[in-house]
Amino acid sequence: MADLKKLNESIISGDLDTSVQITKEALAEKTDPQEIIQKYMIPAMDVIGGKFERNEVFVPELLMAARAMKGSLDLIRPLLAERGIEPQGRVIIGTVKGDLHDIGKNLVASMLEGSGFEVDNLGVDVPSDKIVAAVQSKKIDIVALSALLTTTMPSMKGVIEALKEAGVRDKVKVIVGGPAVTQEFCDQIGADGYSENANGAVDLVRKLLAS
Amino acid sequence: MRTTGIQELLKSRSLLFCDGAWGTIFQSAGLKPGESSELWNRDKRKKVLEVAQSYVDLGVDMIETNSFGGNRITLAGSGLENDAAELNRIAAEISREAAGDKCLVLGSVGPTGKILMMGDVSENEMYDAFAEQVHALKQGGADAICIETMTALDEAELAVKAAVENTDLEIVCTFTFAKTVGGDYKTVMGVTPAQMAEKMLSAGASIIGTNCGNGIEAMIPVVKAFRSFNEDVPLLVQANAGVPKIENGKTVFPETPDEMVSHVPDLIDAGVSIIGGCCGTTPAHIIAIMINNGIIPAL
Ligand code: B12
Ligand SMILES: [Zn+2]
Repeated sequence: MADLKKLNESIISGDLDTSVQITKEALAEKTDPQEIIQKYMIPAMDVIGGKFERNEVFVPELLMAARAMKGSLDLIRPLLAERGIEPQGRVIIGTVKGDLHDIGKNLVASMLEGSGFEVDNLGVDVPSDKIVAAVQSKKIDIVALSALLTTTMPSMKGVIEALKEAGVRDKVKVIVGGPAVTQEFCDQIGADGYSENANGAVDLVRKLLAS
Repeated sequence: MRTTGIQELLKSRSLLFCDGAWGTIFQSAGLKPGESSELWNRDKRKKVLEVAQSYVDLGVDMIETNSFGGNRITLAGSGLENDAAELNRIAAEISREAAGDKCLVLGSVGPTGKILMMGDVSENEMYDAFAEQVHALKQGGADAICIETMTALDEAELAVKAAVENTDLEIVCTFTFAKTVGGDYKTVMGVTPAQMAEKMLSAGASIIGTNCGNGIEAMIPVVKAFRSFNEDVPLLVQANAGVPKIENGKTVFPETPDEMVSHVPDLIDAGVSIIGGCCGTTPAHIIAIMINNGIIPAL
């Protein structure tokens, strides 16, 4: 029997090889892929996220855990698609134009992905026309924007305005985040939601899609 | 003066002064988010020289160069990777022109933005990028190399090594720390001041310290942590003018020159050797600190 408790632990400790190996075993034994994700993988990211917030671990541990999680997820995702399990929602995420900070945005992306959303990660330094084009060309429910610099935070407003101009603002919910972003800023620029961390981002997206 | 290094100057004076921010001044002068400020060395040389001159005119002991993001890995983000050597050389030439023989020029080297442990870039590539940069800074006339805003030991160590092995200049290395929930100071990568000091000194840095961060008051405990690890090493502190806020769509750094000045005595007590400024500081901040310390008479 695949040791799924160990899968949980190996994601927390950032052990990619062990995570992948146990996931393979579990899938070979026909364990329900959704159960693997919901019961073992997401709780692992919750644990490491909490440790990060309490400064018990730092960016390296966080990135290792995210990588182990992604390694497992990459094996599971095709199975979900095969079974015709629809994603819980479709998200595009990116760090806005002029901003190269990658880490927090990627964390939010992997948490959302692990929670069953389809996530298209557009990377860093993403111009607003690229976001508009993505929204126009495929079905997207959520546009998630990250900015770490006070000088690039105004670009989030730019994206919202570009979506309005293109007439697609109502097709999507826009969520924003980054260490200097606040609920007040979110309201000011007319975004639909803000969360201060990756776990919160998952709850936020669920709430927005339910409403 | 020109032939004297930083450590030499510190033999006769216990406190030296360095410049304040460049990047945030360029931003006020129209540098767009994401635009490479290093490109201004070639395209807006006069503007860069003006900033350099504004600091030299204060009578500081050393100024930096406009080359913080000038390694080829960072420049690749703006398609400028093949201009790295040229842009760094000009950066040093501009600061040299402003400094003349009046003050020292520290060639600025910032992080690449890549994380070695994620395998986005190899150790060799990173080393080569730093080697190219420090070599060009020396060619342009830098007196020392200042490796700054680092958070990861492995990357900073490669930068220090590249400077040791490719130049004969004095090496300054500063990291950015923040207060943890537990109350001590660490970088986002989890590095303590003592760990940083140990690694960077053994890699070949002769002056260490801290820059950027969350304002000058938060630098005091970091300096104390360095001092309890090493009593003698020269320490450089370049604090931000506080944590930036956004007001009416504009970035504002909250600390006034007077507020910065008010914390300087404690910073000196803690054992700082060189004081300058980082993001949000201006010549007004640096001159206020110098006046307060009797380096130049009040106007
Ligand atoms: C690492 C880092 C860098 C690296 C980035 C590497 C990379 N590949 O990402 C490098 C060296 C390239 C870099 C460069 C610069 N940086 Co920098 N950097 C940082 C640092 C140290 C850590 C950021 C980080 O990764 N945190 C860890 C992650 C996990 O946290 P996070 O990003 O906050 O994300 C969490 C939440 O905010 C939230 N979240 C994030 N995005 C989103 C999106 C949504 C939709 C939601 C819901 C939530 C959400 O969830 C995440 C997980 O919980 C911070 C300082 C700090 N302590 O924050 C400075 C900092 C952000 N940088 C700063 C600056 C000024 C710069 C530079 C201009 C130069 C400089 N002086 O260093 C350049 C700019 C480059 C550019 N054009 O973008 C300043 C910003 C000041 C300001 N407010 O404007 C900071 C705060 C440092 C400081 N104190 O001055 N930087
Ligand atoms: Zn700074």
